[in-house]
Amino acid sequence: MSDPAAHPAGAERAASTVEDPAVLGAVPASLCAHARDSRADGRPLVELEDAATGYGPDLRLREVTLTATAGQRVAVLGPNGGGKTTLFRLLLGELPLRGGRLALHDDVAVVPQTERSRLDFPVSALDVVLMGTIARRPWWRGPRREDREQALAALEVVGLTDRAGAAFGALSGGQRQRVLVARALVRDARILLLDEPFTGLDTTSGDRLHQLIDRLAEAGHVLLIATHDVRQAQGWDRVLCLNGRQVAYGAPAETLSVETLEATYGRDLLRLDDGRTVRLLGDHHHH
Amino acid sequence: MGALLDPWRDPLMQRALIEVVLLGIVGGTLGTWIVLQRLSFSAEALPHAMFPGLVGAALLGLPLVLGGAAGLVVAAMVIALASRVRGLDRDAAISIAMTALFGLGVLLALSPDSPPGIGELLFGDVLALTTGDLVLAAGLTVVVLGALRVLHARLAIVAFDRESAASLGVGPGRIDLLLLLLVALAVLICVQALGNLFVAAVLVAPAATARLLGRSLVASMAVAVAVAIACGVGGLLLSYHADTAAGASIALVTVVAYLLAAAASRTSASRRAPRPA
Repeated sequence: MSDPAAHPAGAERAASTVEDPAVLGAVPASLCAHARDSRADGRPLVELEDAATGYGPDLRLREVTLTATAGQRVAVLGPNGGGKTTLFRLLLGELPLRGGRLALHDDVAVVPQTERSRLDFPVSALDVVLMGTIARRPWWRGPRREDREQALAALEVVGLTDRAGAAFGALSGGQRQRVLVARALVRDARILLLDEPFTGLDTTSGDRLHQLIDRLAEAGHVLLIATHDVRQAQGWDRVLCLNGRQVAYGAPAETLSVETLEATYGRDLLRLDDGRTVRLLGDHHHH
Repeated sequence: MGALLDPWRDPLMQRALIEVVLLGIVGGTLGTWIVLQRLSFSAEALPHAMFPGLVGAALLGLPLVLGGAAGLVVAAMVIALASRVRGLDRDAAISIAMTALFGLGVLLALSPDSPPGIGELLFGDVLALTTGDLVLAAGLTVVVLGALRVLHARLAIVAFDRESAASLGVGPGRIDLLLLLLVALAVLICVQALGNLFVAAVLVAPAATARLLGRSLVASMAVAVAVAIACGVGGLLLSYHADTAAGASIALVTVVAYLLAAAASRTSASRRAPRPA
C-alpha cells in the first residue's frame, strides 16, 4: 500500500500514526531485510487464487482470491468458524492446499492470542522472543549473543526493552501481545498473521498496538489481522470477509457495505437506524 | 545423631544412598518438565506399561533392563501414536495403552512358567543393588541430563504455547515422544530401586512440590532435585529404623513433603490475600 491517494484508508493510516520514539522503536533493517526494495517495486507477498483448504475431507474454506503487497494491512473479518484461523493455518503450511493456487513470496510468522500461552510458565519476555530464533539454530545449540541482540532489538521495536527480564505472565495483556509481535519479528518474516490481537486490550494498549501495526506496515511487512472490529478495519488498507468462503476482498470503502457484512456475519449483524453504522451481536472473541 | 549417621556405615545403605542421589537428580530435572508439560499421568502410566517387558525378559532369561527397555519403548510409541488419534484425548489414549499392556503383563506373569520373585518388579529393592546397577544408573542419568540440556529450548516452547509451537518450527508430537522416551529411560533407572509401582513418587511429586516453591525454571529444577534427594534419604532412614520396604518408605516421605509444601503455599497465599473491609 504505497499510494494513499488510490486508497483513502492509506491517508487515514498516515494521519493516525503517532510518532513516539520513546514508546516504540524504529524497525531496524535486520528485522525487515529487503523491505525498501519490495515496497518500491510493489511486488505481492501473498497471492491466493480460488484457494480451498480444510481439515480431512471437509473444505472449511474455499474460493479465496486475493493479492496482498508489502506495506498493506489486511483486516480479516468473519464470524467464529468462518475461516479466519483456517486461512492462517493454510498460510503457515499447517493445512494443505486442497484447490486453487497459493504463492507466498516471503516467510510467514504468526502472532497468536496471548491467552493461548501459559501465563504460569516461568519464562521472561526475552526468553519468549528468543523462541522465535529456534528454527534457524542447529538443534543442539542454544541462543548466541547475536540471537539475544536481535531479540532485544525486536523488544525495542515494540517498546518493551525495559521489560525484557520481566516474567511473561506478569506483563499486561497489551505488553504480552507486543512480546509475541517481537517474537514474530525475529523470525525475519515479512508476512505477519495476527490472530485477534486486540482481544481483551484496554484503549491505551490497543492504541499502542495499532501504532505498532502501522509502523510495521511502513517498514515493508504485510499484516493480515483477524478482527471483529469493523470500524478498525475501515482504517486499514484491505478487508477480507470470510464465511466459509470469500465473501469479499478489496479496499474498505468498496468492501465494507452493509450487504457484504450481512453476507459475512448473517444474523449476528444488527443494522442501526441510520442505515450506515453496523454493530456485531454476540461473543466473537473466542474460536 | 547416631540414628542419622549410623545407617550409612552399612555398604548396602551406602549404595542405596548413591542410588537415591541419582534418582533425585533425574527425578528433579525430568520431573519438572513432566509437570510443566502436564505429562504426570504418562509418567505414572509408563512404568505400569513396561510390566509385560519385564515379565517377558524374566521368562526368557534375559536381563530385566533389556525387557524393561523394550516394553517402555513400545509403550511410549503406542501412547504417542494413540494420542494422535483425532477425537481421543491424551489421557484416554494413555489409559487404554496402559491397561492393555499391563493386562498383557499380568497374563504373562500368571503363566505356569512364571519365575518366582515377580513381586520385586512391582516393589523394587534399593538395598539389593549391585555396583554394576549403580554404574548403569549413572550412565543413564548422564544420557537423560544431556538430552534435557539439548532439548531445553524446544521443551520450553511446547510447554509455553503448544498451539503455536509448529509455526515456530517445533513439532509438539515429536517433543512429546522424545520426552516420553526420556521418561522411559528414567523409569529404567528407578525401577530396580523403587519398583514400577512407586516410580511416579520420584518423577512427579518432587517436581510438583518445587512448582509450589520455585519461581524460575532453573530454581524449580534445583528445588525439585533437593526435595527428591532429601525425601530419598529420609525414606531410607525410615526404612532402616522402622524396618519397612525402602521403595514404599521413599514414596511415603515424598508425598508427605508435597502435602506439607501445599499446606505452606496455601497458608502463605491466604496471608497475602487482601482482607475484606
